[in-house]
Amino acid sequence: MLQIEGLSSHYGRIQTLDGVDLSIGEGELVSLVGANGAGKTTLLRCVSGVQPVSAGRILFDGRDITRASSHRRVKLGIAQVPEGRQMFGPLSVEDNLRLGAFRRRGPKVADDLERMYTRFPILKEKRKQPAGTLSGGQQQMLAISRALMSHPRLLLLDEPSMGLAPLLVSEIFDTIRLLKDHGTTIFLVEQNAYAALGIATRGYVLETGRVVLADSGRALLENERVKTAYLGL
Amino acid sequence: MPPAFVELLQFLLSGVTSGAIYALVALGFALIYNASHVINFAQGEFVMLGGMVTWVLLSQGIDLPLAVLGAVGLTMLVGLLLEKLAIEPVRNANVVTLIIITIGAAIFLRGLTSVTLGKDLHALPAFSGNEPLDLMGATIMPQSLWILGTTALIVLLLHVFFNYTLLGKAILATSHNRLAARLMGINVNFVLLLSFGLSALLGAIAGILIAPITATHFEVGIMLGLKGFAAAILGGLGSGLGAIVGGLLLGIIESLGAGYISSDYKDAMAFVVILGVLFLMPSGLFGKRGTERV
Ligand SMILES: Nc1ncnc2c1ncn2[C@@H]1O[C@H](COP(=O)(O)OP(=O)(O)OP(=O)(O)O)[C@@H](O)[C@H]1O
Ligand SMILES: [Mg+2]
Repeated sequence: MLQIEGLSSHYGRIQTLDGVDLSIGEGELVSLVGANGAGKTTLLRCVSGVQPVSAGRILFDGRDITRASSHRRVKLGIAQVPEGRQMFGPLSVEDNLRLGAFRRRGPKVADDLERMYTRFPILKEKRKQPAGTLSGGQQQMLAISRALMSHPRLLLLDEPSMGLAPLLVSEIFDTIRLLKDHGTTIFLVEQNAYAALGIATRGYVLETGRVVLADSGRALLENERVKTAYLGL
Repeated sequence: MPPAFVELLQFLLSGVTSGAIYALVALGFALIYNASHVINFAQGEFVMLGGMVTWVLLSQGIDLPLAVLGAVGLTMLVGLLLEKLAIEPVRNANVVTLIIITIGAAIFLRGLTSVTLGKDLHALPAFSGNEPLDLMGATIMPQSLWILGTTALIVLLLHVFFNYTLLGKAILATSHNRLAARLMGINVNFVLLLSFGLSALLGAIAGILIAPITATHFEVGIMLGLKGFAAAILGGLGSGLGAIVGGLLLGIIESLGAGYISSDYKDAMAFVVILGVLFLMPSGLFGKRGTERV
């Protein structure tokens, strides 16, 4: 479904991605792990079209979207839950959700809202409150729901467990597993390598802008290099 | 009524009249600032174009309502072109560069107007005559009622647009978090285009409404733009409510200053306000406190 070929990206003169090759098949949950500053966020931003690509290609359903605008990609079915949640803080919870469906109109949006509220009842309770007043965990639920409002075929998640209490982390991972079981293709970026590789079909390891390992999630969990560098074993 | 009260009422009435105009100009600044963090120094030229184009169309024998529509439409077109041709191509330049571009655009628009329409002062006819109305001993011109009524209507429409439509909320969302807005599929270039169009609309209407009172001229945009900017700063840059309150306050301050101190100082009030706000409360009355997010 998603193919990334030889992708490079720069911030000014600093190169942050260097010839990344990566692919994600329909229905897969692919995890990308890597240390701070490895370039994980940059890669996701390239896929969403909010970060300039300096070399390489991105194909979605076989179609070259390397130069497509970010809004076109949302329309094609790529949604992202960005690092740090990126709420529209002063806007209400419900407005945040409605904006997630910005590229889709019509009566179905109301049904989707109800679905999100069923999944996370706390969001319904707080639907009139400014999103910025929610707790970290609630904001993460909102960020995921907001992305789902666009009916994505490919969901990009950037460190959804960051800064959350352990109980919430497992709730977020349960949600991700559930989404996958319902057929959403997921690209998960995590520093929590153990959890991320545990639920992944396949995984990639990124180091200073390069893919250094690619294998099934299970195999990566067993890999010596991964064990020492990312699992602290 | 005691004469002192009538006098005060008179000053207040004339203050809110010009204040409403400043509020419209300030709202124009706020719209573009929110979409881009750019202070559009061509805002005053939208005001000038509104008045000048209406005058030209009237002088060609076109009826006032049509002339107004034509002037508003043309000014909006100028606003959209400014964004498309001068701002969007360098969208990723830093804010200072963009501000300088708007200053250049302002100079260009002024020059173009003086060359094509001349440098004379033109008065527009008042929309509903010049028969003053009596209000508790003070007088108010029908044109002032046009100004206050139209401004109130525009504020109401903007309120509905930003609070009850998805597009309005998308514009707010873009100003709060551009990255997230893009990830939601909001076309932020379109948001910027829209904000220039809306700002030009507000500016043109302000220029048309005030022209029967102060007359119009290719350079009226300089002072009106500056006063609108002062109003926007006073209210807090980027705040809609701030723009309205700031505009009305500036109008009242000016008019009281002119009435009780000396009319020589009327135009200086705007500068005093700008300096006062910058020194005493840089974020204005309703602006975001603390440091600017990056
Ligand atoms: N806006 C920016 N300007 C300049 N350099 C940046 C910018 N954002 C990131 N970088 C640099 O690019 C590199 C990759 O950053 P990126 O955010 O993609 O890493 P990451 O793997 O997501 O890290 P983290 O785990 O901390 O989120 C880092 O060296 C970082 O310093
Ligand atoms: Mg990151």
